[in-house]
Amino acid sequence: MAEPIIRIDNLRKSFGTLTVIDGLSFDVARGEKLALIGPSGSGKTTILRILMTLETISGGRIEVAGEPLFHMAKNGAEVPADEAHLHRMRRHIGMVFQHFNLFPHKSVLDNITLAPILTKGERRADAAARARELLEMVGLADKEKAMPAQLSGGQKQRVAIARALALQPDIMLFDEVTSALDPELVDEVLQVMRRLASETDMTMLLVTHEMGFASEFADRVLFFDKGRICEQGPPDKIFRNPEEERTRTFLRKIIAAGHRV
Amino acid sequence: MGDWPGYLTLIVQGAWVTVKLTVMGSILALLVAFPAGLGRLSRHAPVRWLATAYIEFFRGTSIFVQLFWIYFVLPFAGLSLTPMQAGVTALGLNVGAYAAEVVRGAILAVPREQFEATVALNLTRFQRMRHVILPQALPLMLPTFGNNAIELLKATAIVSLISLSDMTFQAQVVRSQTGSTLIPFLTILLLYFLMSSVISTGVRALERRVTRGLDGVR
Repeated sequence: MAEPIIRIDNLRKSFGTLTVIDGLSFDVARGEKLALIGPSGSGKTTILRILMTLETISGGRIEVAGEPLFHMAKNGAEVPADEAHLHRMRRHIGMVFQHFNLFPHKSVLDNITLAPILTKGERRADAAARARELLEMVGLADKEKAMPAQLSGGQKQRVAIARALALQPDIMLFDEVTSALDPELVDEVLQVMRRLASETDMTMLLVTHEMGFASEFADRVLFFDKGRICEQGPPDKIFRNPEEERTRTFLRKIIAAGHRV
Repeated sequence: MGDWPGYLTLIVQGAWVTVKLTVMGSILALLVAFPAGLGRLSRHAPVRWLATAYIEFFRGTSIFVQLFWIYFVLPFAGLSLTPMQAGVTALGLNVGAYAAEVVRGAILAVPREQFEATVALNLTRFQRMRHVILPQALPLMLPTFGNNAIELLKATAIVSLISLSDMTFQAQVVRSQTGSTLIPFLTILLLYFLMSSVISTGVRALERRVTRGLDGVR
């Protein structure tokens, strides 16, 4: 197997006395589509936030593209990463948030072109051309001049996806991207992600409660409970034939709550 | 009583001094408010201490005393200022301390999610502030900045204590020479009100400008 693009080794994370991730290890292969499922508080969103460097770690080690994420070499020793190192490492990673987090003071087009212009030094015209391609892809070609407040939730989320893609990261993190949407707007976002999954070789990590989507999207499903992986495998196995009692209980609850499997 | 045009000229000259003090004092207040407000949010403890010391000192002592120190005591340290310079410095530093807290509060009021989006898009610390946080914090600051500017306008009257002939001082002069209290003080009442109206109208126009496109957001 080729070198994994993400390597998580004995990761620990606590907030004060509360341990949310407890000795977690797993690898992600380049191009792999991974779904992270589990009850709320099981640590799955925290993992994405750590990978995006929105949280620090309490122990363990993460490597992205063969380089440590939170450590760096200095005078032959390994020390905690500084902002410059994090800045360099973040270029590998993009993230889409549950609540979109678009910039309300910028138009749709400016939301998408801001980071490529600032962080990659792209010329405005080039960034705008690429932004228009991305808007086309997410089905919002006619919205480039709109302000975020004028868009529906589904449209906002599709802009947020285009914005993250504009930086062309190797890894995309999707944090419950449909949870804040009205039910009738969920599909338009899932369609975009389906297309992304089939047309690109980006590595994708998806935290979701949409089990139906997880099973068609993912190469591998990780079921989390209490900050550890309780069970993992291909979607067919996890959703149709789980081994662990906790996985079965969780899936039963999700179905009872009306989520599609 | 045929001298009224001359007396009114005195008051208008005083009004001009008041306007100059207000405008320059406000500019100085803005210039110190941003570094001090941002300084209080700095990652570096010494910067935070310095900003906090400035803010607490100027909010915690009277502007009257500050003016006296700047004009009468600083010369002993080798720094002599003209009355106008001393007035602008005292007013600017005093109101700047209040405005610094406005800057800090507005920055903290921008939702955390906005900051997280800037990290995910890999902006540098400076770019985050410049392109995302400050543009959203500014509309929150403006109404209070307007209040601060009006407070500064009204505080300008203290400069008569260091021999500057501002509007209130000139009204006193007219009063003592004519024996009339009503006319000079009605005049400056209207002039103060006019000046503060200009400030609030201007700030409201600015507010409309910077919140354009943000309708429905707040």
